[in-house]
Amino acid sequence: MTSLDGNLFQQQEANRRRTTWLVIGFVLFFAWLGFGGDYIWALSSSHHPFPWLGILLTTGAIVTAWYSYRTGPEKVLWATGAHELIDPQTDSERQLVNVVEEMAIAAGVPRPRIWIVPDEDPNAFATGHDPRDSHIAVTNGLLRICNRDELQGVIGHELGHVKNLDVRLMTTLAALVGAVLLVRDGMGRMMGRGRLPVRSSGRRGKDAGPLLAILLALWVISWIIAPLVTQLLAMAVSRRREYLADAMSAQFTRNPLALASALQKIESAAAPTESIKSGAAHLCIADPLGRRLTNHEGWLADTFATHPPMSMRISRLKGMGYAQLKKEGGSFTSSALG
Amino acid sequence: MWVLLVLIVIVGLWVIAAYNGLISLKNQTVNAFKQIDVQLKRRHDLIPNLVNAVKGAMDFERSTLEAVIQARNQAVKVNASGPENVKQISQAENALSGALSRLLVTVERYPELKATGNIGQLQEELTSTENRIAFARQLYNDTATQYNTKQQQFPTTLVAGLAHAERADLWEIEDQAERAVPQVDLSRR
Repeated sequence: MTSLDGNLFQQQEANRRRTTWLVIGFVLFFAWLGFGGDYIWALSSSHHPFPWLGILLTTGAIVTAWYSYRTGPEKVLWATGAHELIDPQTDSERQLVNVVEEMAIAAGVPRPRIWIVPDEDPNAFATGHDPRDSHIAVTNGLLRICNRDELQGVIGHELGHVKNLDVRLMTTLAALVGAVLLVRDGMGRMMGRGRLPVRSSGRRGKDAGPLLAILLALWVISWIIAPLVTQLLAMAVSRRREYLADAMSAQFTRNPLALASALQKIESAAAPTESIKSGAAHLCIADPLGRRLTNHEGWLADTFATHPPMSMRISRLKGMGYAQLKKEGGSFTSSALG
Repeated sequence: MWVLLVLIVIVGLWVIAAYNGLISLKNQTVNAFKQIDVQLKRRHDLIPNLVNAVKGAMDFERSTLEAVIQARNQAVKVNASGPENVKQISQAENALSGALSRLLVTVERYPELKATGNIGQLQEELTSTENRIAFARQLYNDTATQYNTKQQQFPTTLVAGLAHAERADLWEIEDQAERAVPQVDLSRR
């Protein structure tokens, strides 16, 4: 517990720093693409002194990054088709609001806004910038299959992400991935039609020698792998923080076995969550795409999967639960056990 | 000479950091305590509604209801005496929790009572209220423990006097019998 508290501050700092670096990296990457293109252009023709392309792309990247950061939470919620739960009508909605209030008290953060995703597959995610501006979304399926204790565990997990400031990094990442995918699709269409940028500079590249060819190749490759790199990043940052959020949930609820049982239920319901697209996959409590890689260990899975294997998470939570059981002298009663 | 100066600056910076850390924890502890208060007040306001809702149907369980009302009034009275008496407040509130969980057990015993929708809603409200208090208390205890540990640990303990740090009382459940109150699980559907 104390180590978790010590972790919290470091984790928040790390997430702030990583968000900043992510945005800087994003802008620098596009500056490299733009000014690189200008350089090639300048080498291949003598009458192009002003780096229009570089300035254009860099400005575009800055505007995109700023816009993505500001509107990230809205965009993510909009993309999943979630609607806000303001006036709870049914029993399960009332219970959800109560559970979120309770967990916000346990975590010592203001109550996040609550959203419901109309999807029958059980899943949940959190988004926002910081605890004062945060959103928690759950699917209808989750409300249907989870009992009160299990729901508490899941909400605790999401609030762990909020308190860690994971949401800031993850949401910005999701918004940037979305923007890059949009650009890639647009460029793909343009290239398919006229091959505008590559063709015009490639034709004159003969006399500039092999250096030019290498630069050109690098530039084109960068264009192609840009979306891939962003997605890789999304995957690489996600695995460890899922374990951490699980641990924080256990700290909030003091009932790790309930979250373990919720994860088990989510796992066995494993249909892909259709309303959550790949751009926001790393935000969810369980991999919404139902990818097989998630269930593997080793560096390959560590690099490419957005979530740790469910069985590992469950066994870690059970470990915590039994440690608690032992400490309390076996008088531990939980509905999660039954 | 230079070495001495650097050393003094380093020690000075550490004192500032340790002092600020303690003050921050102290304020967090006070804030966490206020949160318990907010939740307790909320419960005090909810109880009259609850009792009114079940009074008609539970005429035969008058003693259980009266115990709840009595415990509630006692808790309100002790709470009004100020936040210094953490021990007394927690005793009164624990008594109220006990009375309420006995009421819940009683309600469980009458399925016809549960069948009316209102009672189900009230049960959910009551469960949530109890949980909120428990979680607010948990946060307070965690924060206070962190604060207490920090001010006792070397070398932060050297700055504790400067920051007027004093041990914060934990909100304990003292009565063993209270601890053994049967857990009523309302979450089953």
